[in-house]
Amino acid sequence: MSKARVATLWLDGCSGCHMSLLDMDERLLELAGKIDVVFSPLVDQKEFPENVDVALVEGAVSSDEDLEKIRKVRARSRLLVSLGDCAVTANIPSMRNPFTVKDVLDRAYVENVSLNPGAPKTDVPTLLAKARPIHEFVNVDVYVPGCPPSADTIYSVLTDLLEGKCPDLSSKTRFGA
Amino acid sequence: MSQAVRVITLNMDGRDISARGDQTILQVARENNMYIPTLCHITGLSRVGSCRLCLVEIKGINKLLPACVTRVEEGMEVKLSSERLDKYRRSILELLFSERNHVCAVCVSNGHCELQNLAQKLNMTHVHFDYRYPRLPVDGSHERFVLDHNRCILCTRCVRVCDEIEGAHTWDMLGRGVNAQVITDLNQPWGDSETCTGCGKCINVCPTGALVEKGKSVREMTKQRQFLPYLTLMRERRW
Repeated sequence: MSKARVATLWLDGCSGCHMSLLDMDERLLELAGKIDVVFSPLVDQKEFPENVDVALVEGAVSSDEDLEKIRKVRARSRLLVSLGDCAVTANIPSMRNPFTVKDVLDRAYVENVSLNPGAPKTDVPTLLAKARPIHEFVNVDVYVPGCPPSADTIYSVLTDLLEGKCPDLSSKTRFGA
Repeated sequence: MSQAVRVITLNMDGRDISARGDQTILQVARENNMYIPTLCHITGLSRVGSCRLCLVEIKGINKLLPACVTRVEEGMEVKLSSERLDKYRRSILELLFSERNHVCAVCVSNGHCELQNLAQKLNMTHVHFDYRYPRLPVDGSHERFVLDHNRCILCTRCVRVCDEIEGAHTWDMLGRGVNAQVITDLNQPWGDSETCTGCGKCINVCPTGALVEKGKSVREMTKQRQFLPYLTLMRERRW
């Protein structure tokens, strides 16, 4: 049997979901026999490949770069999983949303800075007006809440999907878990 | 039992059940260990039927009725859950989540929140509506308590417990619809309130992290509800 092509993506999140993924410990060895990680912050691959079976996406959509990435990932993946509260609800990144982008950048780069104050204008992605959950931009197939979802939860999601089952997470995780 | 109250028989989810004629559908369901989700309702306070989570289907009636304020009747056939009810209940939760800024991960009530628990129990996977992200204040002017409007679902439990049990009526509602909010006194800072006794009953009946004790960190705020049934009994002179 050929291995499933799995990708993971890190948008506006703290990488805690990826830490939780690594926290599967020895189960990673078992999974390594069944999946190829074809794109991830954990592997050296620059371009998101075609024909991905499962894409696990951490983080909210907060910048023009995030938006470009998530559209490409959706177009090239069979199943898209919103992994963690930031992907599902926009969670902590959304706490900037009641404020304008200018106010947020001024607080970070002007008000509390003594050396070269001013927000970076080149070489970094432009923030969208609001950080929003992934499903507000592209279709999502599976929602995995949790901050972060536990290693057990992620393991059961992956194994269910690999067996062709739809994961039932109501007893395993919740918002803020 | 007054003369007017008689025993009736009704059917709930296929079960024939006896009940007193002055009981609500919710009371009878709970006595028989049958589940109906609720949010604004809390035993011991008056019933307002505002959250609509307890809506049930009754045969022969076109609209859905809230179980917490609907009396049982002879021969009534009630459906406590169905695909349609589940969908509406999830939509209500999603609207509550999208209306203000409930960020469970950094909430003092994380893990002890009725809204969060219901979302899990009713299998709400995500919010289908666009979040509003309103800019709302936090009132930290009280010496011991905090009011966070971002997490308020306008259930009015605080208003009712303060009025009906404590007798202070510090809390009330201001505005309508999406602009509604709970206020202390005449929309003055809580810390300046002349009517607040500092009893903390509002904190303990609040279902979310909207009313909490000061100094609590994420997950640390647990609510104590034991006082309510006792005080209600005393109020009814059944002590």
